[in-house]
Amino acid sequence: MTAKFLVEARHLYRRYGGAYAVNDISLTLRQGEVLGLLGPNGAGKSTTMRMLTGNLAPSAGEIHINGIDLLDQPRQAKRHLGYLPEQPPVYRDLRVDEYLGYCARLHGLKSGKAASAMADALERCALTDVRRRLIGNLSKGYQQRVGIAQAILHRPAAVILDEPTVGLDPIQIREIRGLIRELGREHAVILSTHILPEVQAVCDRVQMIHQGRTVFDDTLDGLENRHAEPVLVAAFEHPPAEAALLMITGVEAVEPLADGRFRIRHRDDTRSAAALAEAAAEGDWGLTELTPERATLEQIFVDLVHREPDSEAAA
Amino acid sequence: MIATIARTEFRRLFFSPLAWAILAVSQFVLALLFLVFTESFLTEIQPTYAGQPGAPGVTDAVGSPLFFWAAFIMLAIMPLLTMRLIADERQAGTLTLLVSAPISSAQIVLGKYLGLLGFIVVMIAMVMLMPLSLAAGTSLDWGKLAASALGLLLLLGSFGAAGLYLSSLTQQPLVAAVSSFGLLLFLVVLYISGSTQSSASELFVYISHYGHFLSFLQGVFDTSDLAYYLLFIATFLVLTIRRLDNDRLQR
Repeated sequence: MTAKFLVEARHLYRRYGGAYAVNDISLTLRQGEVLGLLGPNGAGKSTTMRMLTGNLAPSAGEIHINGIDLLDQPRQAKRHLGYLPEQPPVYRDLRVDEYLGYCARLHGLKSGKAASAMADALERCALTDVRRRLIGNLSKGYQQRVGIAQAILHRPAAVILDEPTVGLDPIQIREIRGLIRELGREHAVILSTHILPEVQAVCDRVQMIHQGRTVFDDTLDGLENRHAEPVLVAAFEHPPAEAALLMITGVEAVEPLADGRFRIRHRDDTRSAAALAEAAAEGDWGLTELTPERATLEQIFVDLVHREPDSEAAA
Repeated sequence: MIATIARTEFRRLFFSPLAWAILAVSQFVLALLFLVFTESFLTEIQPTYAGQPGAPGVTDAVGSPLFFWAAFIMLAIMPLLTMRLIADERQAGTLTLLVSAPISSAQIVLGKYLGLLGFIVVMIAMVMLMPLSLAAGTSLDWGKLAASALGLLLLLGSFGAAGLYLSSLTQQPLVAAVSSFGLLLFLVVLYISGSTQSSASELFVYISHYGHFLSFLQGVFDTSDLAYYLLFIATFLVLTIRRLDNDRLQR
């Protein structure tokens, strides 16, 4: 690992007909990082990933994989890449072990090394039990895992996963997320998704894409701090008047919700939760719930997507 | 790397019932034809020409027509084999696997073509078994049989290359099959129209691959025929490679 960045893409453009599907996207990825590529459908996530893996030539821009120029030396650069497209590229008429053996040979692994790499990939993707079954007879979740096994088989520096959890059941989604986090320790991982909790669950960094442009790029921690807006949600058995809530120290705004619940926005540095609890006890409001509401990624996402272009530069 | 792809392609062909059905049906039809030719040789040709010098032997009367008909049947069969090669992979999204691997388009195309060629060799070997069975009872013209087999290999090889290219143009295997069947049929028609007496055209006959095949059946090994097939195959393979490279650029 001599290169500073395992994946480094600069000013990528991709034009289809007259329209830009990808418009000046840059991204970098270091070892041990999981980058979430987030965006609504049609934002340009898949196009970006196809360019990063050499499946699509960018109209302009440059891509380095582990320091090797993907456009000048595609074969050398692709050795360091593992890619799972949206549709897992599996041959339904091969067995799992036959398929992975083929993938290993395609990546030029010698037979001894291939066997150990295969055993490792099978184990990490929990496929050992089905290794002798026909891929076409496996469920979607297992096929997806075979696709992931294929992407990590040759131990590439960078693993690129396009919507890895689409179409899976909740238990499989948890397993796959666990696997991705594990991968993130040794490899660098880029995954795309339009499912926001997924990004919160597995990624270190988020890059949001909208209409082919990067609208946000920061670590997950940075994201939470940046947009934190202190809000409490409180529920009462005997709901007080809004005015009474506004009297409490630090409370700035009150928004009544259904069933005696309120969203209460307060100033950041005050102990409003404690004050609210005291007031509730004194007034016998019957406080049943009091939780701080974090600004969700979803809100931030919606905010960013709906913002006007001129403020995008700040993001 | 090419061998890896070729081996897998070859094995995958046999994983589908299609390959087995094709082998079974073509073998059945050709066996019937073989029976008909052998029968007519024994009952008509042999008594008529007995004792005459330069009379057609069993290889001319049975072997050559068998290979001629085999070529005709393969005209309908080869598109079914070639249609899957790339179109199917495109449709199933597995082409991405090959494109993302550290291999070039030329390796992908050559690997696939060689895998197909392996299947063609199996088919020809099975056709070959029939005239070979006659060797138990009579003496055969080995040179003529070998030339016929080589001619069939080259002809089917050219079918395969054309089919591979047309398969790379589309996502729908059926479209690939129909278009390659059309192209092959067109080349036959070209031969027929070029060799009719009223409108004979040497150019048409030259372009069509049938004329070159027929001389092989007569036991003539002409390097110009060989060159024709090799050029035909190389042209379509290069076109296929270019087509795969252009996938990356699309619009």
